[in-house]
Amino acid sequence: MEITLQQSTDTRTILYREALNEALREELARDERVFIVGEGIAQRGGSYKVTVGLLDEFGPKRIIDTPISEASFTGMGVGAAITGMRPVVEILFIDFTTLIMDQIVNQAAKYRFMSGGKGRVPMVLRTQGGSGNGLAAQHSQSLEAWYYHIPGLKVVMPSTPYDAKGLLKSAIRDDGPVIFIEHKLLYMNKGPVPTEEYTIELGRADVKRTGTDVTLIAWSGMVPRSLAAAEELAGEGIDVEVIDLRSLVPLDKEAILESVRKTEHVIIVQEAIRRGGVASDICSIIQEEAFDYLDAPIKILAGRNTPIPFNLNLEKAAVPQEEDIVAAVKEMFN
Amino acid sequence: MKAYSRDFLEQLYRTLYTIRSFETECIKLYRQGLIVGYFHPYLGEEAIAVGTCAALRKDDYIVSTHRGHGHCIARGGQLKKMVAEVLGRETGYCRGRGGSMHIADSQTGNIGANGIVGGGIPIGTGAAMGIKIRGGDQVVVIYFSDGACNNGVFAESLNLAAIHDLPVVFLLENNQYAVSSPVEQMCRVPDLYKRAEGYGVEAHLVDGNDVLAVYEKTCEAVDTCRAGKGPVLLEAKTYRQSGHHVNDPGAYMPKERLEYYLARDPVKIGRSLLIEHGRCTDAEVDAIEQAIRQELEEAIDFAKQSPQPSVEVFLEETQSN
Repeated sequence: MEITLQQSTDTRTILYREALNEALREELARDERVFIVGEGIAQRGGSYKVTVGLLDEFGPKRIIDTPISEASFTGMGVGAAITGMRPVVEILFIDFTTLIMDQIVNQAAKYRFMSGGKGRVPMVLRTQGGSGNGLAAQHSQSLEAWYYHIPGLKVVMPSTPYDAKGLLKSAIRDDGPVIFIEHKLLYMNKGPVPTEEYTIELGRADVKRTGTDVTLIAWSGMVPRSLAAAEELAGEGIDVEVIDLRSLVPLDKEAILESVRKTEHVIIVQEAIRRGGVASDICSIIQEEAFDYLDAPIKILAGRNTPIPFNLNLEKAAVPQEEDIVAAVKEMFN
Repeated sequence: MKAYSRDFLEQLYRTLYTIRSFETECIKLYRQGLIVGYFHPYLGEEAIAVGTCAALRKDDYIVSTHRGHGHCIARGGQLKKMVAEVLGRETGYCRGRGGSMHIADSQTGNIGANGIVGGGIPIGTGAAMGIKIRGGDQVVVIYFSDGACNNGVFAESLNLAAIHDLPVVFLLENNQYAVSSPVEQMCRVPDLYKRAEGYGVEAHLVDGNDVLAVYEKTCEAVDTCRAGKGPVLLEAKTYRQSGHHVNDPGAYMPKERLEYYLARDPVKIGRSLLIEHGRCTDAEVDAIEQAIRQELEEAIDFAKQSPQPSVEVFLEETQSN
């Protein structure tokens, strides 16, 4: 069950990647059907150290290093899940999920439906995306819209250590399949996490900052950026509410609409490129269901329609930054 | 030849004839417009499904293909639910949501057919990984074709299964065509089982039209897998007796080759085995066939009388997706 940070009596501050590690460790210990496969996740502990120590604790039967065969080890997760296991498959970069599209889109996402509702694929695909480290065009993408578009998949994108842990535990227990997308800039972020066990229900947004003037809707890496912008704007007398969607599918429509009805101003902040993005869909939902409440056109602040450049200045210019968010809010009120 | 009981040979023949009749009757239903979409007949390849499944236990798994009706029947699938599914009815295996290419049957360990060539290979490998983690002695048979051998997941999964000693029988049904492309034009080495050596995987070639040859080789492969020494690859050479699907006349298939394989028809071979080695009379075999045709007729009637899936229910089910 969910314990909110406010309710929790005992917390400590840990890294996002440590929170993920705790979630995996706890679920591996709790359920012997859980196992992990991925590249360099056992001996090396993962590129971002999320799986450190798990091999020693749970052994090579359940913590499995794979060859560079993304399509097949993802499919292996699908087959194991169908036959009663609860695999967590790690794909190093979301960019490499281009190699596993058949297994996710045609196999995992559709199995339950195609079998007339009888089959289940309780699998979690853990991966990470986003830009900001100069990793260039093939290691920096934000591809959540691809998965958002496919019926049969859940899409979870946590922004804090607390959310990362609680949501990953729920994702592993879910009948899935769940696409769990982390952000490479968040792994070293710190935050409070309860010492006692908790989970967070999939499909529930979290108001990360309450405000009355404008709603910023964000997820993953755009949440800390929106919060920083909100602090700056507070100094200028604009009271910003920040909603962290946490999961895109299921989408917490009610949380979005409730905030819109309150602030009557909306900016959706999305790292992914604008064209065909999730923000556009959320925008259409708001205008269909809360049009009468809006005091200004909905604004979408999104990545430019470009591959992510290598040069750090260009990379920054390609996706929304704190100052872009501040400017967008000010523009809305001028 | 090893001695086999009449009962066993009769069981093999029953299944061969059931698959043949299922495909033949469904092709008629297709031509009458009762079946829509793609229907890929297993005509000419029946001995592979029957021979392999006869070597399996109830708790083993199979992974099937787009040409999957034979596998489903050989595993003990129910004809009523199968016909109902290919007719898109609510009473079908997938409640009319899956169709011919997506029949799965958890009751018989049939993880499912697949609309993507090669798509099932990693899935079966994963089922085997699950078995290994649980410490069981079940086996997974993954059916795939010469066409799938040229998809990357074949190479990847063969290697994955090899490095983990997984209990998988990779059952390569070489029917000599990838849709319309002959295997000798798509592969420099048409003996595809030879590829396994490079992955350290034991592999054998078997006559895919001879049900007993397939059965015996599969028994050995299954024993190897149960002993933790898998995987094994079996290449069963056969021939697709029809086009890729019902609407493909197969004009690209040379007449002489087809005739050669028609003379080695797996159902005819199964019939003579039953008569010669099972000491069954022609009249007895006729009676067996008659009973199967009767059962199939009942399945077809059941399917035809079954309701279409309700659109209202479908809209309701997908409302909150």
